[in-house]
Amino acid sequence: MSTQPVTLPKDEAAAEGKVNVQINGKWYRFPKGTRIADACNSVGAHVPCFCYHPKLSVAGSCRMCLVEQGMPPRLAPGATPTYGADGYQPIQWMPRAVIACANTVAENMGIRTTSKLTSEARRGVLEFLLTNHPLDCPICDQAGECKLQEYTTDYGSGTHRFTEAKIKKGKNIPIGPRVNLDQERCVLCRRCVRFMKEIVGEEVLGVVGRGAHNAISCYPGKELDSNYSMNVVDICPVGAMTSKDFRFQMRVWFLKSTPTIDVNCGTGTNINIWTREQKVYRITPRQNDEVNSCWMPDSHRLNYKYINAPERLTTPMIKTDAGAPLRPSTWDATLNLVVEQLHKCAPAEVAIIVSARLTNEELYMARALARQLGVTKFDIVPRTGESDNMLISADRNPNTTGAKLILGKTGTGLNTIRRGVKNGSIRSLIVLGEDVTAEAGIPEQDLAELDYLLVMDHSETPTTKAADVVLPGVTFAEKYGTMVNVAGRIQRLNKAIEPVGDSRPDWDILRDITQRLGCDCPRVIACPSPMIILEEIAAEFAPFEGINWGNIGNEGKVITDTGVTIPLIEREKAKK
Amino acid sequence: MSEIKYLPGKEPHPRETRRIFRNIDRVGYNPSIACFIKDGGYETLKKAIAMEPADIIGEVKKSGLRGRGGAGFPTGVKWTFIPKGNTKPVYLVCNCDESEPGTFKDRFIVHQDPHQLIEGMIIACYAVQAHFAVIYMREEFPEAAHIMKKALQEAEEHNFLGKNILGSGFDLKIVLHRGAGAYICGEETGLINSIEGMRPYPRIKPPFFPAAIGLYGCPTIVNNVESLCQVRQVLMRGGEAYAAEGAQRSPGTRIIGVSGDVKRPGYYEIISGSLTYGELLYDICGGPKRGRTFKAIIPGGASAKVMRCDEKLTGRNPDGTVREMSIFDVPMDLDSIAQHGSMSGSGGVIVMDDSRSMPKVLNNLNRFFAWESCGQCSPCREGNPWMLKLSTRIINGQASPEDVDLLKSVADNICGRTVCAFGEACSWPTQAFTTKFREEFLALTKPINAQKAHNPETAEARKFLTRED
Amino acid sequence: MSDTPNAIEALTAHKPSPGEKFFPKFEVTPELVAEAAALVDQYPEGKEQSAVLPIIHMIQEKFGYICPESLPWIAEMCKSTPIHVAGIVTFYPGIHTMCPGKYHFRVCRTIACSLSGGEELIPYICSKIGVDPATITDEEPMAVSADGMWSIEPVECLANCGFGPNLMLNEKLYSQVTRKKIDEIIAEYKNK
Repeated sequence: MSTQPVTLPKDEAAAEGKVNVQINGKWYRFPKGTRIADACNSVGAHVPCFCYHPKLSVAGSCRMCLVEQGMPPRLAPGATPTYGADGYQPIQWMPRAVIACANTVAENMGIRTTSKLTSEARRGVLEFLLTNHPLDCPICDQAGECKLQEYTTDYGSGTHRFTEAKIKKGKNIPIGPRVNLDQERCVLCRRCVRFMKEIVGEEVLGVVGRGAHNAISCYPGKELDSNYSMNVVDICPVGAMTSKDFRFQMRVWFLKSTPTIDVNCGTGTNINIWTREQKVYRITPRQNDEVNSCWMPDSHRLNYKYINAPERLTTPMIKTDAGAPLRPSTWDATLNLVVEQLHKCAPAEVAIIVSARLTNEELYMARALARQLGVTKFDIVPRTGESDNMLISADRNPNTTGAKLILGKTGTGLNTIRRGVKNGSIRSLIVLGEDVTAEAGIPEQDLAELDYLLVMDHSETPTTKAADVVLPGVTFAEKYGTMVNVAGRIQRLNKAIEPVGDSRPDWDILRDITQRLGCDCPRVIACPSPMIILEEIAAEFAPFEGINWGNIGNEGKVITDTGVTIPLIEREKAKK
Repeated sequence: MSEIKYLPGKEPHPRETRRIFRNIDRVGYNPSIACFIKDGGYETLKKAIAMEPADIIGEVKKSGLRGRGGAGFPTGVKWTFIPKGNTKPVYLVCNCDESEPGTFKDRFIVHQDPHQLIEGMIIACYAVQAHFAVIYMREEFPEAAHIMKKALQEAEEHNFLGKNILGSGFDLKIVLHRGAGAYICGEETGLINSIEGMRPYPRIKPPFFPAAIGLYGCPTIVNNVESLCQVRQVLMRGGEAYAAEGAQRSPGTRIIGVSGDVKRPGYYEIISGSLTYGELLYDICGGPKRGRTFKAIIPGGASAKVMRCDEKLTGRNPDGTVREMSIFDVPMDLDSIAQHGSMSGSGGVIVMDDSRSMPKVLNNLNRFFAWESCGQCSPCREGNPWMLKLSTRIINGQASPEDVDLLKSVADNICGRTVCAFGEACSWPTQAFTTKFREEFLALTKPINAQKAHNPETAEARKFLTRED
Repeated sequence: MSDTPNAIEALTAHKPSPGEKFFPKFEVTPELVAEAAALVDQYPEGKEQSAVLPIIHMIQEKFGYICPESLPWIAEMCKSTPIHVAGIVTFYPGIHTMCPGKYHFRVCRTIACSLSGGEELIPYICSKIGVDPATITDEEPMAVSADGMWSIEPVECLANCGFGPNLMLNEKLYSQVTRKKIDEIIAEYKNK
């Protein structure tokens, strides 16, 4: 017999601050304090949940996550534990299931997610939830992404035994300007109530009534009008809360979701764009605990209609006579015309206004164009507002940080340009992705005085109307690229739909002009994609060192310390 | 004791031992502090407040006192669950939400002898070092609320409450908080939420064990009215003396409330385990009404599982041999009845004689539970109305035999899967009634009912398809 | 939009009752504010919400019921929100959202009282005070007589089970109630 002290798994785990947990017969190691539900889900032992949401307080009330649980038998006083050949104590299984959301893992705990006890508990709970739930899936907007529907398919019984009359509650109630409530479909998980109270800090929603007549409600006159109201639609596991914007527009199973980022402010909220046949149907937040947690503001979420709007510029347009209207042209002819016209301009009389809504790659290309032309009057348009102390940043440009890194000092040249346009010292203006009559403060009559106005944008604006040449660029949904948010995190934009009409990604247009202007730098003209441009940026700018399209990942990477934080994220971290 | 006179017709039975109910129905006794002090009131407090708090807890642990609210948890042990090294305030809550059907004992204490409770509470607060305590009184006791408010004021005037109680340096404030007619507020965490001004949803345990995270997130001891009065008795008599009396594992006196079909229903304070259900119901309560026989007993409040009076139980003799017995042979302590699948709970004994239809009794209970379910967790919220609808159909002759099994199955699906013990409370009656009186349920059913529509939508859909029997 | 209030608007819909004439109309006075503030003061600092039930009881005693107009005021007094208070008010059966009559019967219908005939008293009282028992539903269990003098509400256990049937008239408990006793009670209070 060996006299060597044997290291037990519990000691090994404890040394790492972890505990050993047996899930469906296999042993795993989890950090102490891990919730059973999270532990099980992380190893593929699915635990269905309605009320549990990792960002909200635990309610423990839906009872969907019941699992069979066991612990080593309680020892009699003075007795020593016995260990099996595998170094674990035997597990004594408990006769009643426990909820996996509120309970945390413990050393030598056993969990069974597929046992008879667990299955029967799940089937029972589902049957209860369906008793008063209208069986209207065919006309319910949540169908296809409804947890009740999914769990019933996975764990339900397939038939129902409830033949009594169902309880009637409120249907299709406009509970706020953007959200509709169906109280009958509600499973009373109270995720929406907790979200509004805990995350938004406004107790707008509550449960009223008693027992089976319980219902989610707001107070008349105090409707759910928060700019974060639509998050309750996302977290509602069933079709109780639906988006007025999206409901009945498209069955979700027809939609393709593309992970990308929001471009309405400097936060760079991570989102999914849901599209079908080159049309955007909705935007939902995508979890990123360093950027937006699981949430996004309604104002940003709903700002997508312009992507498929009639105002989109779908073809290059040129003006061949000063008094004539813009007329459609082809890319080749337009670009040749642009090159010809730019060659005529004196560099000192040319200014370039570039948008901080463009990607790093586009800004890089814009810089290349400026250099090729020898233009030094070159700036972005700062765009600020008030931070909402949640997710909306005071910086309303999505890529100010990127612009600063690539273009150097920004925001100071704009005044000079504005003055130059006014006093006539600037004769030609190149505008990339901005309506300069807005925040840049260049009135239309000043634009009319210019000799030459070249505008690249995705939609018609007063600036494009005043232009001599309009180059149709694309929206954020139609291109790849990277942006750096206010906190210094580089994140990826992914293409969700093909460019509308004949429009082309902005980086592509800029590269072609620069090339046609005679640029022979291989780092510019050889770039076939934003991914390659990013490699050039990484090679040239220190903060981008080591960054490539692949290693940014879906969560992004911090590349510079801006000292700026996102209030909601700071609060979430402080709670932990 | 011989000088105590009781109101005519309210005299205690000779087999009773009146301790907590000593002054109930007593001639010349009123709820004033003068009456209480004359009877030796607040003397125990004076004794206790000179002791170390830990010694009081020691006495209570020694006494073996178990909670009288229904669960029977050892009171002294509960007090020690306050986390060691706790720096937060400790609160004590007196559960006076007496709402388990069949239970009616606390009512008389708070109406007729409120200072007994206040004294017990002060002792308990001192023991756990709580400086703020709440009496959570059910709304249906409006008169008691006036009485208790006055009593609290009197106690404060006598410096039994307030700052520096009796010069001990101990401060205590007791607030009377009235409920509003919800059974769920008897559940300790539901009660705490109710005091906090939340909807009285019971909390999940873990993590919300009141002794650790209770009222306002602080350690909180929740004790029943009778339990707190018993604490006074423990300190009055000494832990050891208290433990020596009555059943070994549940010593002291118990107040039993008998209701239903007996000749003399009412409240009886007995030494725990000193008599059997048979002695209680036949000797003290006078047996069944004329011409009737006992049929069933619910031994511990509405949620306890019903016992058939002709049920054959097996008991164990002290020497280990097995004997056959009936419910009438079971002693009235906290544990004995539990060995036979029911519980003694809060001491409410509900008796039914052979004139009763058990499905109707169950339907009444189901209505109670369906009405009282708070609706927080799915099984209870959805299951209770379902059970009610099924049992209503059964008593109305609209059910099929399968519906009886379905009813039992619905109860099985609630039991053990809810946030709080209401899940057990509401499912046990159905489980027991449908199992033990199955034939009565089946007799009301007809197979053809399985084909019939039981809701308006189905009725409309099957208008031309369902035949009448 | 339809004319019928939706489930949310119904929360603050006034439920007219003839009983209202026997109670003053809810009105915020400095005295009322002081009384509510005193109730709030009973609880530890920062725990104002604990006073929600005490304030509700105070209003109910004075004004008969919790009228919709009082909800925002209650919320303000205990630093809560109207929807939260609405959640409390609609939960507890002891809180009335419709004004009861001058004399309000609460008749126990739970097991022990039921065994002693309590449930049969409900239709009897209804017939005596002239209300239709069919108007008593789960959603609105209270029925008020046309003259506003009487109202009836079946309730669950009053915790006096050994002495059923039990009922309460306003704050007073009556036990071992018979039809004769009901006649006497009504006769007694009729002219009070």
